[in-house]
Amino acid sequence: MDATIATKSSEQTWGGGNNKPLGASYGKMMMWFFILSDALTFSGFLGAYGLMRFKFIDSWPIADEVFTHFPFMHGVHAPMYYVALMTFILIFSSVTMVLAVDAGHQLKKGKVTFYMFLTIIGGIIFLGSQAWEWKNFINGSYGALQLNDGKIIQFVDASGHQVALESFAKSSHSERTQHTKSKGLWFVEEAALPAYSVNEVIAGFEAHPEITIRTEKLNTETKTKTIVPREQAMSYLNEAKAVVVGANLKVNEYGNTLFADFFFFITGFHGFHVLSGVVINIIIFFNVIIGTYEKRKSYEMVEKVGLYWHFVDLVWVFVFTFFYLV
Amino acid sequence: MSDHHHKETFVTKYIFSTDHKMISKQYLVTGIFMGIIGVMMSMLFRLQIAWPDHSFSVIEAFLGRHQDGGVMSPDIYLALVTIHGTIMVFFVLTAGLSGTFSNLLIPLQIGARDMASGFLNMVSYWLFFLSSVIMVISLFVEAGPASAGWTIYPPLSALPQAIPGSGLGMTLWLVSMAIFIASSLIGALNYIVTVLNLRTVGMKMTRLPLTIWAFFVTAIIGVVSFPVLLSAALLLIFDRSFGTSFFLSDIFIQGEVLHYQGGSPVLFEHLFWFLGHPEVYIVLLPALGITSEIISTNSRKPIFGYRAMIGSIIAIAFLSTIVWGHHMFVSGMNPFLGSVFTFTTLLIAIPSAVKAFNYITTLWKGNLQMNPAMLFSIGLVSTFISGGLTGLVLGDSALDINVHDTYFVVAHFHLVMGVSAIYGMFAGVYHWFPKMYGRMMNKTLGYWHFWITAVAAYGVFFPMHFIGLAGLPRRYYSNTAFPLFDDVADVNIVITLFAILGGAAQIIFLANFFISIYKGKKAEQNPWKSNTLEWTTPVEHIHGNWPGEIPHVERWAYDYSKPGYDEDFVPQNVPLKEGEEPS
Repeated sequence: MDATIATKSSEQTWGGGNNKPLGASYGKMMMWFFILSDALTFSGFLGAYGLMRFKFIDSWPIADEVFTHFPFMHGVHAPMYYVALMTFILIFSSVTMVLAVDAGHQLKKGKVTFYMFLTIIGGIIFLGSQAWEWKNFINGSYGALQLNDGKIIQFVDASGHQVALESFAKSSHSERTQHTKSKGLWFVEEAALPAYSVNEVIAGFEAHPEITIRTEKLNTETKTKTIVPREQAMSYLNEAKAVVVGANLKVNEYGNTLFADFFFFITGFHGFHVLSGVVINIIIFFNVIIGTYEKRKSYEMVEKVGLYWHFVDLVWVFVFTFFYLV
Repeated sequence: MSDHHHKETFVTKYIFSTDHKMISKQYLVTGIFMGIIGVMMSMLFRLQIAWPDHSFSVIEAFLGRHQDGGVMSPDIYLALVTIHGTIMVFFVLTAGLSGTFSNLLIPLQIGARDMASGFLNMVSYWLFFLSSVIMVISLFVEAGPASAGWTIYPPLSALPQAIPGSGLGMTLWLVSMAIFIASSLIGALNYIVTVLNLRTVGMKMTRLPLTIWAFFVTAIIGVVSFPVLLSAALLLIFDRSFGTSFFLSDIFIQGEVLHYQGGSPVLFEHLFWFLGHPEVYIVLLPALGITSEIISTNSRKPIFGYRAMIGSIIAIAFLSTIVWGHHMFVSGMNPFLGSVFTFTTLLIAIPSAVKAFNYITTLWKGNLQMNPAMLFSIGLVSTFISGGLTGLVLGDSALDINVHDTYFVVAHFHLVMGVSAIYGMFAGVYHWFPKMYGRMMNKTLGYWHFWITAVAAYGVFFPMHFIGLAGLPRRYYSNTAFPLFDDVADVNIVITLFAILGGAAQIIFLANFFISIYKGKKAEQNPWKSNTLEWTTPVEHIHGNWPGEIPHVERWAYDYSKPGYDEDFVPQNVPLKEGEEPS
């Protein structure tokens, strides 16, 4: 009995003459294969990230020290709280997407509209959050020195907490002014000059006996960066090349530049996917409102963009895990 | 679809057509055009290899600024090698081959009115066209086109100031490839869902002609591997333009220290070859599918081991994604990992041998009908075997390290994927030309074309094995500085003479092809007495393929010389006789 049923359904699936052999129209099938392909693009990036991270496994920046901000709470050390919130919002938008698809199956236009709207809002909040996260990462928190070999050293107080450059560096008010458009130099605009020069930082370091430095090197047991005793610090400081505040594609005050490179690249690429998803969702949202799918008696388009949206969320789970958690 | 006739203007019929038959012709003609460029380039750099520092007026005529008194510059030599590889691999043998025959045959052979999405099919072609245009434009950049080899390894490709070809030429190369990847992705999605969802009644997966199986699996490999090349290309674009260090580390240029640190060029090799190796099968599998069909038809025998053929196609596709490391044995790879890649690579020999033996057993005691398509198919079997055997040498890390980056490698991959796939493409054109243009190609010219090409191809690539074993490295502008290689200088002259002969033979094909479009003998509906569904459509193309109902399929595609039938072929839509076993 069972066997006959099995043959019959496999006949329907593979026998031909059926335009939904796997229960999916060709459009939905295309979306599935597109997702497969896109998943491999992300795998390429995440694989590259993993390879580089293992190459520098003993000196990779500690995510808990990088992403510590929370909106409206200045100076509070809140590692991971904000990214947890935005992850929650994104996953919640997946839930509303499921509800929209389900309402579509029941042909309830009002409910589809409502849940699509919530999904779009969730996507937009996520994008805004990511922009804010980027802003904090770009602005940096404490500042650091880059040595001639490209390594980063950071400053810590006696209890091992990081200290910001401005709390100790001696400002000597050099005559160097920044080139900006507002000063009439319309043809040149510099990136923000670090507020201090290397010599000012070293002078400040010498004036504050409680401060010492730490290197990128991770202590594998305590999962903290190695603190160098003050007596040996000068041998590092003599090698200093530049003051680094914040992170961009070329330098990173938190440590290895590749961390910043991959962070900007992969979250940016993911953010671009979310942005496309929001735009597509908005198009579908208006199609729902004007009743295109009502007339068709099928909300399959909502289902297709839903597949894409869930995929984008799933990718974020991996990005989140690899950049923030582990 | 076929019932509502809308007026076709010139633009919707010949340019922005959504009809798969027209799109397939567009792919073919674009592919042929790119092929002419690619082959011409190989002629030019072969001249330089055979007669280094010798003045040629043809070089003076073609290379303009990049030559000095008829001697090409070393920079343009590298550029020609690079663009020759890129064009032949991607534009001719990926898009030209898959694009032409997947588009033509998938709907016709599975019994569908058109591709699942005609619009996306059109988008796919025009993206391919755009990327071809950009690639051709890059040839005219002042400093020369991309010159880092078709594999574009960084740092040569990542630093715009590295060599002349690393500048704008390289940028255009990357832009062109990004568009190409988008095109091939859209095309592949269409092929996959068309095969899955639009088969006619009775067209079981186990009744599909092997061509369709090959195109279907090829499309899946494309969907899986091209996106990884896209990852590599995007990371490379960031290294080039935005100062990231993904593939770059500790680099000096003319005493100046660059800021890059920490990246790894080997990472690029991994990402590239994760595409690069499956790409070999993206090129080869469609040719093998075409050959299966043609050999069976012209042997008037069922294909030997139909299911084994399907199994080996799938096995090759799977294995192709886990062997990329064999391109990187000399990149400092851990010898243990090297032995793992050796193992997986040698496994591919099994399904490949299954296919080779099945071809030969299909031919065995067949009632062979000789025509150009059949000759090129047999030619494919020959080059597939002779090129495949050296694959065993190169797949083994202990042996590969000795001949890595020599002409031995050049000989191997040109025979096994270059010549084989091109033969498959020629076979396909000769076989399906009546379906595409409603006319026959000239048989005599076809024979001339085949025999000259076959002699020239072996004449070019067979001696290359020996100069490779003698240690001659590939991609060298000139070997005169090394007394060691004086012995092979004469061999290089022989190779170049054969290359010119082979190139000239293609003129016969071009003449035959373009003249036959207009002047060829009118074709009958089923000129090769073949079983597959495309020969049940009218000779004159119509939108929707069949004027009435789509025929139902009652049997597999290989009922040739079946006992109990008057004719020696039984088309797939002929109902079973009483007592006949269904397939």
